[in-house]
Amino acid sequence: MLKTQAYNTGNDTVCFDEMLRPDFSARECYRTLFEWLQRQSPGGIRAKQAEADAIFRRLGITFAVYGAAEANERLIPFDLIPRVISAAEWRFLERGIEQRVRALNAFLHDIYHRQEIVRAGRIPSELVNGNSAFLPQMMGFDPPRGVYSHIIGTDIVRTEEDGFFVLEDNLRTPSGVSYMLENRETMMHLFPELFAAHRVAPVERYPELLRQTLQSVAPSGCDGEPAVAVLTPGIYNSAYFEHAFLADQMGVELVQGSDLVVEDGALWMRTIRGRARVDVLYRRIDDAFIDPLNFRPDSMLGVPGLFDLYRAGRVTLVNAPGTGIADDKAVYAYVPDIVEFYTGEKPILKNVQTFRCSIAEERGHVLEHLEELVVKEVHGSGGYGMLIGPRSTRQQRADFAERIRANPGNYIAQPTLALSTCPAFAGSGIGPRHVDLRPFVLVGDRVRVVPGGLTRVALKKGSLVVNSSQGGGTKDTWVLED
Amino acid sequence: MLGRTASSLFWMARYMERAENLARLAQVGHRVSIIPDGMGGYREDWKATLASAGCLPEFEARGAKLDAATAQNFLLFDRAHASSIRNCLENARNNGRAVRTALTREMWEALNSTWIEFAAIDPAEVGPGRMVELLDWVRQRSGQFRGAMLGSLLRDEGFHFCQLGTFIERADNTARILDVKYNVLLPVNEALGGERNQHQWDTILRSVSAVGAYRYFYRDRLRPRLVAEFLMLRPEMPRSLRFCCDFIAPSLGALAEMTGGGASSLALGSTLAAELRSTDLDAILRHGLREFLQDFLGRNAAISGALATDYHFD
Repeated sequence: MLKTQAYNTGNDTVCFDEMLRPDFSARECYRTLFEWLQRQSPGGIRAKQAEADAIFRRLGITFAVYGAAEANERLIPFDLIPRVISAAEWRFLERGIEQRVRALNAFLHDIYHRQEIVRAGRIPSELVNGNSAFLPQMMGFDPPRGVYSHIIGTDIVRTEEDGFFVLEDNLRTPSGVSYMLENRETMMHLFPELFAAHRVAPVERYPELLRQTLQSVAPSGCDGEPAVAVLTPGIYNSAYFEHAFLADQMGVELVQGSDLVVEDGALWMRTIRGRARVDVLYRRIDDAFIDPLNFRPDSMLGVPGLFDLYRAGRVTLVNAPGTGIADDKAVYAYVPDIVEFYTGEKPILKNVQTFRCSIAEERGHVLEHLEELVVKEVHGSGGYGMLIGPRSTRQQRADFAERIRANPGNYIAQPTLALSTCPAFAGSGIGPRHVDLRPFVLVGDRVRVVPGGLTRVALKKGSLVVNSSQGGGTKDTWVLED
Repeated sequence: MLGRTASSLFWMARYMERAENLARLAQVGHRVSIIPDGMGGYREDWKATLASAGCLPEFEARGAKLDAATAQNFLLFDRAHASSIRNCLENARNNGRAVRTALTREMWEALNSTWIEFAAIDPAEVGPGRMVELLDWVRQRSGQFRGAMLGSLLRDEGFHFCQLGTFIERADNTARILDVKYNVLLPVNEALGGERNQHQWDTILRSVSAVGAYRYFYRDRLRPRLVAEFLMLRPEMPRSLRFCCDFIAPSLGALAEMTGGGASSLALGSTLAAELRSTDLDAILRHGLREFLQDFLGRNAAISGALATDYHFD
């Protein structure tokens, strides 16, 4: 069904397509998939797509969209054409990600201790100590194994054959790993023959690796097998499905704040047999909500006294409170320096060029070039509160300029990247759509990167926004073995 | 197991069982409403249907006119009625969703797809023609859920909390149906016989899907004392009070053994089961049928309360 001519003219801007070269030949790792796509009929693909949608709906893999009261449980669109990454490409990414997460953890340890990087003048003190994501309460505390961020989702975009850039480091509570796992199960179910023809590196060990990672950072005083629990805000949270899924796959309890109590110098969950000890809490709620006695007093989601217990080394919180500073968008611009400072190596993965509106010269450049840039709020996420220059109206740009002038420290800007495209099924046929990639990294007794990740795809033709809250979908990501 | 998990499993099973019982009552109500009463009208008795479902006071508090359309809407679709089939299915599903990890995939799929499909129904499009079909479907889905549970759920504490939810709800339902119609089951009515009473006895049996079972078991025409005995005391009848208690007591016993707790719920449950095993219909009638049923409803509710206290649900 795939018409190569029609496929390529589907690209409205000139950008790197991961399947086809400009001369319509397939890149090596896509050869098998390309040939297979040419043999498929539109009706056949449509039928498989309907089958996939039915599977997801039945499993209840939905996410909640804030502010959409009626359809508060929506299905994330799943595109059934896999994205393929070669073994060599993956080795490169893996090395780069590992270097980056080690450096970021070293950075967190440093800023919560002697702040050598600030003393060395490599990063402004204000950016660390005046940052709302910086938690002074963490000063001088040593988390088990010195790890602050154990579970990281590194957002990577591609612009050319060798052009991989890190767009964001998500060090707080990155989500999406359940989609990586369920997308894979669905693909193996729908297309066993295509899957078998590819030698795809497995991802299904993730839950086991996650459990090992969590147990490896149990408090030092913990004897016996450390008890792990996943803390969720509850069924109305947008990622509730994932919280339940991970707890289930790891074989540990899924708890809410009301199930937990701090007593006798330990954390307990209320069970039908009375109380049971918790050593490691994988919490999927934000710092501000974990403990009403230490942070937001109105929080109903957390556990009173939890943070004091953590500081006393009686329970491990994953990720550590205060890690948000390392994925702050203003700090992001300094990550290449951070990597060099702590590892003594050149960064393997590049950053996207970033203009900091807090700095007068850079702000001037941003205000003059709004039409070409993407402007983001420093603390924003989910694709909200951003301006995409080339797609914006004059009025929107004027509004943003005003906001930037009023609160420059709150904004950064980046060039609009020509994100790479992959083939996606677009109702009437197969066309190129922009994608990004979020591999998942685990840091405990060692660093573990699962070969794969979540590919997010902007299903709307020409769109660059891949966030699920903005109409993006997901794909299975196939990392090939040699 | 978390206390909250136990609570959710218990209520998930109760709501699913309640949805099934409501569907059966609504079907009987519908059937009766199209049978002529021989006096130019129909036998229609929505008041009894709502009373059997335990929701007559709530309906009357609204001051709405009671007819087939309002009763059926109230029983099936009303979002403001806590025990409408719609809300039961949603509550069952949300309780299941909150403890997704304690369910098997088969159970979750049964819960989830039932809710999704029911929520997609437009009440305005369900005319009398589709009503029976829809209610059949609800009963089938409840059966599918229960089948998934029996066929796939590990026999640990979670299973027993589900069993308790199912049988405490079912016992409550059967006792309520009998309580609403207790007068037509009194022996004096046997002598009176009559077409009208035959119909009432038939309706009671239908409300628990037991017409065929009754004929097969007794090989006799409908007699009030046999109907009463069948629904209260026969261990062979899967919706009788005795049958329910024969499942409630062992599950309470198993939980007590597994957890080393649960003394008060176990004491209540085993006493009630032992009494049902040792009593007979004559003793009940001497004591008073109405009194017996009221006493049973109270004690069944007390087991539910003791369970929540014993296992830290509350």
